[in-house]
This record gives sequence, C-alpha cells and structure tokens, in this order.
Amino acid sequence: MAANAQKWSFRITPIRIFLMLLSLLCVGVIVFRLVTGLGMVTNLSDEWPWGLWIGFDVLCGVALAGGGYGTALIVHVLHKEYFSPIARSAMLTSLLGYLLVMAGLFLDIGQWFNFWRPFVSWGHTSVLFEVFWCVSCYTTVQILEFTEILTERVGTKYHALAVKALPVLMIIGIIFPTLHQSSLGGLYLLMVDKLYPLWWSPIIFFFFLLSSFFVGPAMICVETTLAGKAYDHWIPIPVLRKLIRISGYAMIVYLVLKVFDLVNRGVFNLMFKGNLEGNMFLIELVLGIIVPIIICFSGFSNSRAGLFTFGLLVSGGVVLNRMNVVITGMIRSTGVSYVPSLWEFAVSAGLVAMGILAYCFIVENFKILDHDGHGHAA
Amino acid sequence: MAKGVLVDLTKCVGCGSCTVACKLWNDLKWDPQNPTVGDKVKLNDKNWTVVGRHEVKDKDGTPVWRFVKQQCFHCKEPACASACFAKAFQKTKEGPVIYYPHLCVGCRYCMVACPFNIPKYQWEKTFPLVTKCQMCSTRVAKGEAPACVSVCPAGVFKYGDREALLKEAKSIVAKDPKYVNHIFGEQEVGGTSWLYLSDIPFEQLGFKTNVTHRPLPSFTEKYMQATPYVAITWGAILTGLYHYTKRRNQIAKENNKNIKA
Ligand code: SF4
Ligand code: SF4
Repeated sequence: MAANAQKWSFRITPIRIFLMLLSLLCVGVIVFRLVTGLGMVTNLSDEWPWGLWIGFDVLCGVALAGGGYGTALIVHVLHKEYFSPIARSAMLTSLLGYLLVMAGLFLDIGQWFNFWRPFVSWGHTSVLFEVFWCVSCYTTVQILEFTEILTERVGTKYHALAVKALPVLMIIGIIFPTLHQSSLGGLYLLMVDKLYPLWWSPIIFFFFLLSSFFVGPAMICVETTLAGKAYDHWIPIPVLRKLIRISGYAMIVYLVLKVFDLVNRGVFNLMFKGNLEGNMFLIELVLGIIVPIIICFSGFSNSRAGLFTFGLLVSGGVVLNRMNVVITGMIRSTGVSYVPSLWEFAVSAGLVAMGILAYCFIVENFKILDHDGHGHAA
Repeated sequence: MAKGVLVDLTKCVGCGSCTVACKLWNDLKWDPQNPTVGDKVKLNDKNWTVVGRHEVKDKDGTPVWRFVKQQCFHCKEPACASACFAKAFQKTKEGPVIYYPHLCVGCRYCMVACPFNIPKYQWEKTFPLVTKCQMCSTRVAKGEAPACVSVCPAGVFKYGDREALLKEAKSIVAKDPKYVNHIFGEQEVGGTSWLYLSDIPFEQLGFKTNVTHRPLPSFTEKYMQATPYVAITWGAILTGLYHYTKRRNQIAKENNKNIKA
C-alpha cells in the first residue's frame, strides 16, 4: 500500500501550539486534582455536587459525539451509501468524543481507583448503571471499529478480520448509544422536585435521545466546514443538505413533542415568566430549534454559510440544553448558584484541545476524509 | 417491622444534646466553622445532624422559637439507594439506609438524587467519601434506639415500630388541636422512617413540603425494566434493516447493470 511508505506527519502551526499549551495546562490541573481531591480545584460543593465537568465534558460530550451512531445507522445499516463520504470523519469525532467523556468522568469521580466497582457491584436499579455500562462498552466497540481504519496502515494483516467484524460491531455500536443517550436524560427522572419543570419531564429521556440524534448532522456540518477550511476538502453541499434534512424532521418531532409535553403538564406558560429559567429555555428553544428548522427547510441551507450556521445553532442549542438541565434548572432548588472555577474551565478547554489535536493527527495520517467507501489506496 | 422515630417539634428546647451524642457515637470531628445548633446550621460531612433555630409566629401571632433537628429521613423507598450504581447505599429491613464506603465510586449521583439534599461530601479530602446519618444502624440492629434519640432530655423522640408510631401520631394530631394536621414523613416521597409533628406549618420551619408523594424509585423502575427489551428489539430491527437494505441495494445495482447491458 502506498500509505505505508508515507512517514507519520504532523504539521505545527501557531494554533496547534496554543492547543498544545492548553492540553499541557489541562494535564497539570488533572494531576493536581487527582492528588489533592476535588475541593481545591473545583467550585463544587454539597449544594452543587455536579458541575461543569459532568455538564459539559460528559453530558454535552456524549450528545455531540452522537453524530457517530446516527451516521453509522444511516450509512452502514440503512446502506445509504450516498452519505458515506462523511461516515469516517463522523465516527472518528465520535470516538474521540467518547474518550474525552471517559476522561471527564474519571476526573469527576471521587474514588477514581474504584471506578471499576459497578462492574462487580451491580446497582442495577440505577439509571447511572446503564449509562456506565453502555458508555464503557460503546467506547470499546468504537475502538474496535476504528481498527478497520487503523489496520489499513498499522498491523495490516488484521485488516481483513477487522472488516469482517465491522457489521456486527456497527449494530452493537448503535444499540449502546441509543440506550445511554436516553439514560443520560433518564438520570434526571429522579429529580422530579429539583429540576425546573420546563426541563423535568417524565419523557426527558426521549428528549435526550432525540436531541442527540439530530445534533449529529449539525456537528458534521460544523466539523466538515472546519476540516474543509483546514484541509481544503469539501463535502458536496447536496450531501450535507440532505443530511440535515434528517435532522430537520427530527427537530420538528422534538418541537411538537416538547410543546405537547409542556401543555400536558400545565407548565407551558412558565417559559414566558421572564425569569432566568424561562429566558434560558426560550433561548434554547428559539435559537437552538426553531431558527435551525427554518434554515434547514429554506434556501439558506443551500450554501456553506447556511449549513455552518445551522450546525452552530443546533450544537449550541444542545449544549445549552444540557447545561440548563445540569445548572440553570437546578439553581432554584439548591438556593445557591454555581460558577465553575477557572481550573474547571481549564480542564474542559484542555480536553477539547486534546481532542482537536488528536483529530488533526489522525486525519493527516489515516484515510478519513478522502475515503469514498471503496477502499482504494490513497 | 421497620423501625422509625417520631419527633415532636413542640417539645424540643434546642439543647443540642442529640448532636453531641451523634458526634460521639459516630466519631465525627468538631467543626468550629459550622456549629450544630443555632440560626445558620448546615449539615455537612462532619455534622450528620443539626438543630436549627427558627423564629416564627404561632397561631395567635405571638413570636416563638422552634428548634428543628435535621438528619437523613431514612426513606421507605430511598432515592439515594436506587440511584447508586454500585450499591453503596442500601436500605435495611430494620429501617436505616446505610452507606458502604468501600463500594462507593464517588460519582455523587446519590447527592443529586436525594430529594432532601442529605448526603454530603468530604470535599477537602483526596479520596472523599459520601457521609450521612446512618440511624446508628448497629444500635438499631441490636434493638437499641439511635444515639441521638437515647440522650434527649426533653422527650422529643419516640423510637419504635414505624407503623405503630404513625398510628400514635395520628391520634395525637386528632386529639390536640395545637398541632398542624400534617405528619411530615407519612407520605413525603412515599413515606420516611422519621416522622415529625409540629404546631407550626412545616414549610415555615424549612421543611421541603412540595415533594412528590410517589416513591422516587418508581420514576426510574419502569425505565430500567424496559431497557433489556428495548435493547433486544432494537438490535433485531437493526439487523433486519441491515440485511434488507443491503440486499435491496444489490438488487438495485444488478437491475442497473441489466438496463445498461
Ligand atoms: S433522605 Fe435522602 S439520603 Fe436519606 S434515605 Fe432519603 S433519599 Fe436517602
Ligand atoms: S457517590 Fe458513591 S454512594 Fe453515591 S451514588 Fe455514587 S457510588 Fe453510590
């Protein structure tokens, strides 16, 4: 294979140096946190046992990495080969996303050397139990899926095996995320008296699942635009446009269901109360759902700018939704507000920086972007 | 035969003996910044029980003081135990909800899940644990009352069988009009082992009264039970779709070939 002759490459640019510095800082804080505990590094407290790391690194990370399973479903199970140009990069982002989620989780747990405990001590009544199992299994599956790409370059003699295992892995790799995307919402079923009623719902798990599904194509729009700029590799607009249509329909379902749910529980008017919760909810719903739906079905989505705007709004909306659930929606019941410490931000930013660096390295050394689904040598 | 404690808030004089007994029995450090009795008390990793002072008005509008002992309510169906994914919280048949530190991972889901914000964390430790009142489970197992209950000089507590205590509480409320017609812990989150009587409405004393009467674990039970079935069905659907769409594409390709040829 031609690829084997090629050397490992990694361009150094000012942005990358900055990202490396961020990662370095992050590693420093992580080590400090693991040695001293949570109290000195974070602003967490008895009132705020869950903060930025759970909210952003875990809940948002998992949702944004949801692009992987959606694409796997569309390309590999429904065999819509039309979309295969995006399959590999979507799955790579997803894999990296999950590795970062695992890192974030690991950091956040107090008895980190005890992380394996739920594998043997089965607290099977807990929704978190499901999240834990699914996230660990899915990350494993994703690593195995990645071997198909890896063995094109390293350990080539296992490539045939990896290809053969792929369909099974794909299917398992869709079941797990479906389960735990909804379970992340399911975690909040217990917080019936704590989470503000605009967000708490008996079907919150379904909202989480649906939003993790429609944010996938949105993330792909953001990612392909950035990758397009960086590598001058452009996914055709019609492919992306068709893809976000799938999002668009899912978002309409989401919107209808959301309104129905709010009316049904008699809390629809809470969003117009002008309080913090109401306003945050409106921002989330209007900018994150309604405006993107309009973009999606209007002519604007026929341009790169339109696709990028769509992507940013939807991803931003989902991030806002998760942060609203973890933070905004809980302020009233805790009576105290929470602002993450500088170190918490540093770690979150550093983890993202590491993800971007890893993405760049892999894209530059493996067949990710110019893969057309027929496996010819690059 | 689950045990419980009936607390009559009208009798408490705020001496704080119960909080001292708790520290001694459970070997907890004194926390000079956070006293266990007074206006601004707060449960934390060292204070498993505190007695808060409230200045309120009684039925005739006369200002009075009331003292409220706080600790874990030992719910009949505890949210904390159903939330823990490592079984570090377990409800015993005698009533107490116990924490097993060696099983804990430190995810703090129990803290977020508890409707009364009872579990606390050792934030300044490198390997922190969750802490909360254990209802002196070793004493209860031997048939003794919790330490706090056994030392009260004012006769605030009654320890015994929960259901019997509940009956007694009801008759007290029915007989004596000074009490509000509400036994806190009877129905809150499906019932708790600790039951409270008061002559001042509970919300004025800092109790969380707007909680559901449904046991919290019931909110997630069905969800968790459905999971395996959803997984299997979904897997079957996906496998079916995989083969179906693959075959459909093949047929489509072959047809195209035929047309072209
Ligand atoms: S009050 Fe909270 S900590 Fe105590 S048993 Fe109930 S849910 Fe658990
Ligand atoms: S912090 Fe410990 S006790 Fe609480 S839910 Fe997590 S593992 Fe269970």
